[in-house]
This record gives sequence, structure tokens and C-alpha cells, in this order.
Amino acid sequence: MTAKPPRRRLDIRTGRVDMSHGAGGRAMADLVAGIFRDAFANEFLEQGNDQASLPIPAGGRMVMTTDGYVVSPLFFPGGNIGALAVHGTINDIAMAGARPLYLSASFIIEEGFPLADLQRIAGSMGQASRETGVPVVTGDTKVVERGKADGVFIATAGVGLVPEGLALSGDRAEPGDVVILSGSIGDHGVAIMSSRENLAFETAILSDCAALHGLVAAMVDAAGPHLKLMRDPTRGGLAATLNELAHQSGVGFRIQEAAIPVKPQVAAACELLGLDPLFVANEGKLVAVVAEAGADALLAAMRAHPLGREAAVIGHAVADDQRFVQMTTAFGGGRIVDWLSGEQLPRIC
Amino acid sequence: MKYVDEYRDGALARDIAAAIAAEAQPDRLYAFMEFCGGHTHAISRYGLEDLLPPGLRLIHGPGCPVCVLPVGRIDDAIRLARDPAVTMCTYADMMRVPGSNGASLMKARAAGADIRMIYSSLDAVRIAETEPARQVVFFAIGFETTTPPTAIALRQAMQKGLANFSIFCNHVLTPVAMRAILDDPEPIAIDGFIGPAHVSTIIGTEPYREFAETYRKPVVIAGFEPLDVMQSILMLVRQVNQQRSEVENEYIRAVRPDGNVTARALCAETFEVRENFEWRGLGVVPASALKLRDAYAAFDAEKRFAVHTVHADDNPACECPAILRGRKRPADCKLFGTACTPETPVGACMVSSEGACAAHWTYGRFREHARSAA
Repeated sequence: MTAKPPRRRLDIRTGRVDMSHGAGGRAMADLVAGIFRDAFANEFLEQGNDQASLPIPAGGRMVMTTDGYVVSPLFFPGGNIGALAVHGTINDIAMAGARPLYLSASFIIEEGFPLADLQRIAGSMGQASRETGVPVVTGDTKVVERGKADGVFIATAGVGLVPEGLALSGDRAEPGDVVILSGSIGDHGVAIMSSRENLAFETAILSDCAALHGLVAAMVDAAGPHLKLMRDPTRGGLAATLNELAHQSGVGFRIQEAAIPVKPQVAAACELLGLDPLFVANEGKLVAVVAEAGADALLAAMRAHPLGREAAVIGHAVADDQRFVQMTTAFGGGRIVDWLSGEQLPRIC
Repeated sequence: MKYVDEYRDGALARDIAAAIAAEAQPDRLYAFMEFCGGHTHAISRYGLEDLLPPGLRLIHGPGCPVCVLPVGRIDDAIRLARDPAVTMCTYADMMRVPGSNGASLMKARAAGADIRMIYSSLDAVRIAETEPARQVVFFAIGFETTTPPTAIALRQAMQKGLANFSIFCNHVLTPVAMRAILDDPEPIAIDGFIGPAHVSTIIGTEPYREFAETYRKPVVIAGFEPLDVMQSILMLVRQVNQQRSEVENEYIRAVRPDGNVTARALCAETFEVRENFEWRGLGVVPASALKLRDAYAAFDAEKRFAVHTVHADDNPACECPAILRGRKRPADCKLFGTACTPETPVGACMVSSEGACAAHWTYGRFREHARSAA
């Protein structure tokens, strides 16, 4: 964000973003000051330079990630694109067992976008940032002509610190390892679906959008070196995550359908829409693979955390050249849980 | 989930499986065709084969509306969609079905065609209403179940006087296709049919009587839940064992003997039977499909855009036609899992979730590996 200009008040109530807000002039400075600087307030952003100057913590390894957010609609039950852009990137950092340190945020805004909506989104990001203790230290704003974007797109990047001695990675699952899921699946996808205008159906389901680094810290403490890897099953759902891990680790997975928590409303909505909850996106859940010796301690620690109360052992890794994810259905037969083919739900995050 | 979980109860499934195993005679084979893709999907998704005795074989039938639509009609739809004036509205399943030369609606859309995926026929009417400058074409496909919604869209469009709405009608008829399977000059061994679920809610039980009485094939109309399928298999085994061939209704919670009279009246008012229609797998079958009645000719996309369907061949290596007739299984096809996967479908059976190949690939292909490893 650029140097502090003399501030003029934005007409938040009725104003809209116009091309001048992205032109690098006074209007842009007003927008940055009136919306983003207020929302994100932190010492690094206040430096006012084109880059944030950050202290480097001692020890461990840095991890870095980036993610683009294009969810439609921008506001959905249980969250909005702003909270998602903070939580999603924090989660990608946290899956390495890392403590997230800093975020950046880039906004691509469509001409005509209401300032009130932008403020609401930035406000949610600020709130998420304060609650998680991870500051947004640098950012960028671009405005594109009407029709060239859809309201607002946000890209966030993040860095975090992995403590010494921890080396979680998707290639570490071995036959016999236990697979634990942190809670019910499909909430985010169903919440988004329920708010799409062409599908409007009523459900009380809220997106599970949440930052998982607190849960992760408790898991790392509890399982120590037994913990092999973690991943958050976002797009493509639990099915995609397990298939990715099977391929990366060169193992198969055997899971039990009856052990996988699905909220009744989510199951009902999926039934109605012809979706399978296994493929529906989550934004506040994780899958952990742990050596059997550490599984009980890990499960207990997860269940003691508010974001892991419904954690459950859903299966285990097996030797399998085909790297199949196989599931015993609640009905009693066997089936494959394959990658999602095609696009089940565009712009889910 | 109330009224759904009851039909997926694993303990009840084991009871029915035990009854099937006890009653199926060990010295004979039982081959039952599930006509509907909905049943094919349920059988694969819930792993029903694991619960059936080895002498009992399920044959996947042609009841997948996406699968049976021939290449020529897909080509028509793609041609229509490429017309710059046209907004093509389609159910998502059709997007990836390959037409000639690897074309598909998905690729046409990427190249600029205005193609919208919709969930209801009435969405297409709404689009026509809100975008009067666009020629909105609804790509209507399906068996008797999806015909009434198309009829309602047609009636609404007429009531609203929408001059920019039309229907590319590809609705087909179930009993005619069942007869075509049985009249095949080289018929496959079928001991009975797991009868359609949703289709039967519309047409009732009567249209299947000829299969029981003339062809001596038992028919058990079954719901799409896995317990429905298990129960219907038990009922078929009993009919075979007792040398009965009757139309029985397992799906009494939804299917009445006379079906849905209102829906049928609506369809009869709006549609009439075509002289001929080509099916993938079954070839040209007389009186097997519907077209718009003359009173609704103004809404017929085939008339408005002068569609003259040209026959186009399937990929010669693709076994979809034989699979749709029940002559081959998905794994018998050389392309299965090599050139043809859900990401790169060569044949339509790999596209729809109701297609036999897609169901086997997505849920069941571990069985081949388990067999070859054993």
C-alpha cells in the first residue's frame, strides 16, 4: 500500500468503485486508506511502503503459499470472500504444521462494485486477521472495467514458520497409517449452492470457513513425530484429497463410509442436487494421516479442540499398486472413491 | 436423513442378501437386466455386486438418456449452439458427450458458443423471458420422466408468447427400447428385468405387461435406493424359481398402476410419436421417440433452425453400442480406462453418471484388479 495521503471521506453508503480507484491517483489512495488500511490496521502496513519489512523469526523453516479467491456469490451463509481469503491461505500454511506469520492481499475489483460491499469484505478480512493473529502486511488494488471481473476477486499469499524437526508432507503415508478427519464434510459447498440464485433452496447450513492453525498446533503437540501429513479437503472434497495423497505417497486407502461425519441437512441437500458429499468442498476441515501408535492421542487432542470436536478415524492406508481409495459403503458393498471428474461446482472458493 | 436412510440400511441389506443366496439355485445362472441408468448407478455406488451370489449377474441396460442419444443428434446440438443468435440451455450431463470429430458442447462453449447449464426446463423459459434478444433453445433429452417438465416449459412459453424460445426435442420411450432389446436378432440371455423407477411413476405398470405375458420375462419395478434393488432382485429370483412371469411393483411408495395420469395427459397434448428415431446401440427404432405436435410447431427448434439430422458413426473402437444392448460389459472394451476415461470420454457411456462405463470406472474398477491379483 502506498504512502499516506491526505484523507477524504469515501461515500461508503451509496458510492461505487470506478476506474479512478485503480488509477494510482488520489482516488486510489482514498480507497486504500478508507477501506483497507482501516480494516487491516497493523504496524507493518503502516510502514506505508510498496513492500512490508518483516522480522525473520529464528529457527525452523519458512513455508509460503498463494491462493486466488473467486467464489460466487461473494456473500454466503457463514462467511464471505474476505474471510475465506484469510482462512484459506492460513490453512494452506497450517497444513505443513506451520505457524502462519504474515499475509498479503491483492484485490481485483470490477468497476461499479459497491463500496459498502467492499468495506464489508475488507472488514471480514480484518476481523479474521485479528482473530487468527495473522496480519495482512501488504496489498494491492486493481480496478477492471465492468464485465471484466465479477464483483471482486482476491488473491492472498502467506508465509509461516515450521518448527524445527517437523516435516509433514503428502508423500509420507505408509501402509498401516491411520486416517483421521476433523469433522463433518460438505458444509461449505452446500452453503454456497444454497445461495446460488439459479438453485435457491433453503437450508440452515453455514459454510465451515475457519482457520485451522490452532487445531493444527494442538495436533502437532499431541502426536509429535507420529503425525505424517495433513491436508485440507477444499475443492474436490475429501475424495480428491485422499486420491492426491494416495498418489503422492504411493499407497491405497481403505475408508468406511459409516465413519465419515455428514450433517443430515448436507446429506439431504446433496441428495436433492445429485451430489456426493465426498466431492463437496470444505473450508474448515482437515485430513490427517498418523502412525498407528499416535492415533489415539491425536484423535483425543483433536476432539478437545472446538474445530475438531467431531473428529473421527475414517480408515487407514494400505499397500496398493493401483493407489485406489476404496470405501466400504454403509450399505455393506465396496466401491472406489475416485477423483471428481469434470466440474461439480464452479467457483466454490 | 429421514425417508432415505431407511432404504440404505446395511443390516436389512444383509438380510435380503442372505435370502437371495438361500433361494437362488446354485446350479443355475440368473441374468437380470436393470434397464435404468439410475439402477446401474445405485448398484455400483453401493457395491451391490458384493452382496449377490456368484451365479447372479446384473446386465446394464440402455436406460441412460445421455448414452442413447446418437452422435448425429449431438452434432445437431453443437451446430445449433454455434449459431451466434442462439443461447443453448442444457442439462450438465450433455456438455461433455462427444460428437463427431471430438467436438462437444463443452468445447463449443470454450470456443465462444453461448451454452448455459440449467437444472430445470423452466430455467430455459426464464432465460428466454429475461433475454428477449437471444434465441433460447432448450436441449430436451430423457425418457418419460423428463418429458412432462419439457411439456410444462412448452406450455409456459406458449402462454407467455415467447417468440425466442424453442425446444430441441430428444425425448425417447422406455417400453419400445425394452422390446428392441428382446427382439434383437441375436438376443442376450435375460431372465427378467429390474423395471424403471421414475419412468414408472409416469407410465405406471401396465406398459410392461407385454414383457411378462408375451416375452415371458418377469418385470419387477424397483426404486433407485439400494434396498429397493436388493428386494427387486429377490422378487425376480422367486419369480424365476416359481416359473412365473409377472409385472410386480416393489416401488409401491411411488408407482401407481396407472402412473401419473395428469402428466401423461400433458405430454399427450404437447408431443406425438416420431416415425423413427436413432438410438446409440439400438439403431433406428420405429415409434421410439417423441416430437412436438403441430400445434406447438412454432416452438420446435428442428423447424425453426431447419435441423436435418445426419447419421454419424460412433468411434469404431468404442463398445458403447454393444454395452447399451447388454452384449458386453464396460471392461470388455479396449478403450475402457485407456483412451476412454471420464476426463477424456470416447463414448457416451463414460460421460453420464448413469452410464455403465462411468459407473464401473468410478466405483467398481477395483474388482478387475482384485480378480487379476487373486
